[in-house]
Amino acid sequence: MNSQVFATGPTGTREIAQRLRTHALRMTSAGGGAHIGAVFSCADILAVLYGGILHVDPAAPKSPMRDRFVLSKGHAGAGLYAALAERGFFPAGQLLTHYRNGSELSGHVSHKVPGVDVSTGSLGHGLSMASGMAYAAILKSSRHRVFCLLSDGECDEGSTWEAAMFAAHHGLSNLVAIIDYNRIQGIAPVGDVLELEPFADKWAAFGWAVREVDGHDHRALHTAFGSVPFAPGKPSCLIAHTTKGKGVSFMENTVLWHYRIPRGAEFDAALAELEAQP
Amino acid sequence: MRDAFIRTLTELAPQHPEVMLLSGDLGFAVLDGYIDRFPRQFLNVGIAEQNMSGLAAGMALEGRTVFTYSIGGFPTLRCLEQIRNDICYHGANVKIVCVGGGMSYGPVGFSHHATEDLAILRSLPGMQVFSPCDLWEAAEAARHLVLHRGPAYLRLDKSAAPATVRPGEAFRPGRIRTVREGSDVTLAATGGILGEAILAADILADQGVFCRVLSVHTVKPLDSGTLTAAASETGGIVSIEEHAADGGLGGAIAEVLMEAGVFPRFLVRLALRNTFSSVVGSQQYLRQVYSLDAAAVVRTVFAKLDIAVPALA
Repeated sequence: MNSQVFATGPTGTREIAQRLRTHALRMTSAGGGAHIGAVFSCADILAVLYGGILHVDPAAPKSPMRDRFVLSKGHAGAGLYAALAERGFFPAGQLLTHYRNGSELSGHVSHKVPGVDVSTGSLGHGLSMASGMAYAAILKSSRHRVFCLLSDGECDEGSTWEAAMFAAHHGLSNLVAIIDYNRIQGIAPVGDVLELEPFADKWAAFGWAVREVDGHDHRALHTAFGSVPFAPGKPSCLIAHTTKGKGVSFMENTVLWHYRIPRGAEFDAALAELEAQP
Repeated sequence: MRDAFIRTLTELAPQHPEVMLLSGDLGFAVLDGYIDRFPRQFLNVGIAEQNMSGLAAGMALEGRTVFTYSIGGFPTLRCLEQIRNDICYHGANVKIVCVGGGMSYGPVGFSHHATEDLAILRSLPGMQVFSPCDLWEAAEAARHLVLHRGPAYLRLDKSAAPATVRPGEAFRPGRIRTVREGSDVTLAATGGILGEAILAADILADQGVFCRVLSVHTVKPLDSGTLTAAASETGGIVSIEEHAADGGLGGAIAEVLMEAGVFPRFLVRLALRNTFSSVVGSQQYLRQVYSLDAAAVVRTVFAKLDIAVPALA
């Protein structure tokens, strides 16, 4: 299986991350889609995963041996589509159909798009589906892994914790949950809505092997993903400390850019910032 | 019906290693025979129906035929969005099994009654909906679901209508079984309450009113041919179900007939009318309270045919 389609390693994936951000900026601007802040927040995570960690092959998108990826925070669909296009699952030219009439690139991620394993959009669903996939993999002694990217906000959902208990109870060491912990949810900071701290302790108390990482540090992300499972016989939880809107100064750490659509001067300014970055 | 379902699953599990049964911590003792023989094809996922449904979808996407199992509204309403998004939208091969269909768990209380499930589940794209009326139908529906690919709902009643299967009869999913011929009135029932329809047909026959009795074990897809025939060949239709009138069997029949342009002389829906089953009592008692029993069917038929109600023994 060809899992090394393009340059990997921290340097290569940093470039990929910037391209994902630029794609997502254009996609959300042209299509009128929102959630740009949530995409930027996890662009580095997606770049590292699709830049070499995930064993996936655009030539065999349904290969039974592939690693599975569940984007539980389905509102960051633009980011996943961009990562898949960059990885060669479909031409990058299709990205600009995002949100458009007749497109398959729905705002919340769709499994009708090549390379996408499951559709999500309603929060708190992904970890259960990922757990079912991981359990089934163990039943058939398959060595592939299941990665699931969650938002911090969806840890408000009780169903996330139902799945967390299940995965730990059954020792799903082939399951990796990554939390995009940018501390801003739909309309307010996480800490003002429902405090998640002590967050790492919660996952550990539920029976997961937990690590924390700077979610924009590619070297640290590589190291973390390269060492899953973090403990034998346990599912792995990687809490990625991130900045919502990362990469564009005026989008960073603001609730506004969860929903706001980048257009006009804001679009130009954002694009200039992204293109100025190495 | 529950036992007929488990028996069938136990019989088929060896040839179908892809079958997985997930229970939401229900089925004490009754599942033991299955669990003992096929421990790798069973999982008690705990009292967590949302997770159970999401897990089922995930496993199904990996090639399993997954049955989720719980009581009343737990495997359906509690996790409806997981059924809609995770199971149906992906066309995942998951069968949702409800034990205690309708008011089976009478005195346990309304929380354990499933009286809106048919309406809600049948509205989901790609979902087949089975509500067997007797033990043979329950077993055959279970057999069908092991082989069928895609989402389905199986509603199992505690009560069961008397056996009407004919020697050599094959179960045909999506096809209504005519269990009694007649042309005065059609009685169409789903679930164990078909027994009330058959009893009513017997009482009415004694009075010279001959009913066609339909066993509607598949609510979706609904057998429009048999229903349009009943609408045109008999004097009217009475639907009988332990379910809300809104969107239930009677509503589904009305949809099919209206769209086909075949209008029965009357259609009466015997069902729960904008009410919860909140009275305490056995399933049989509740049928009487909510005018769903054989006596209610008889009263309805006499009223519609404008026949004075005789004093019945």
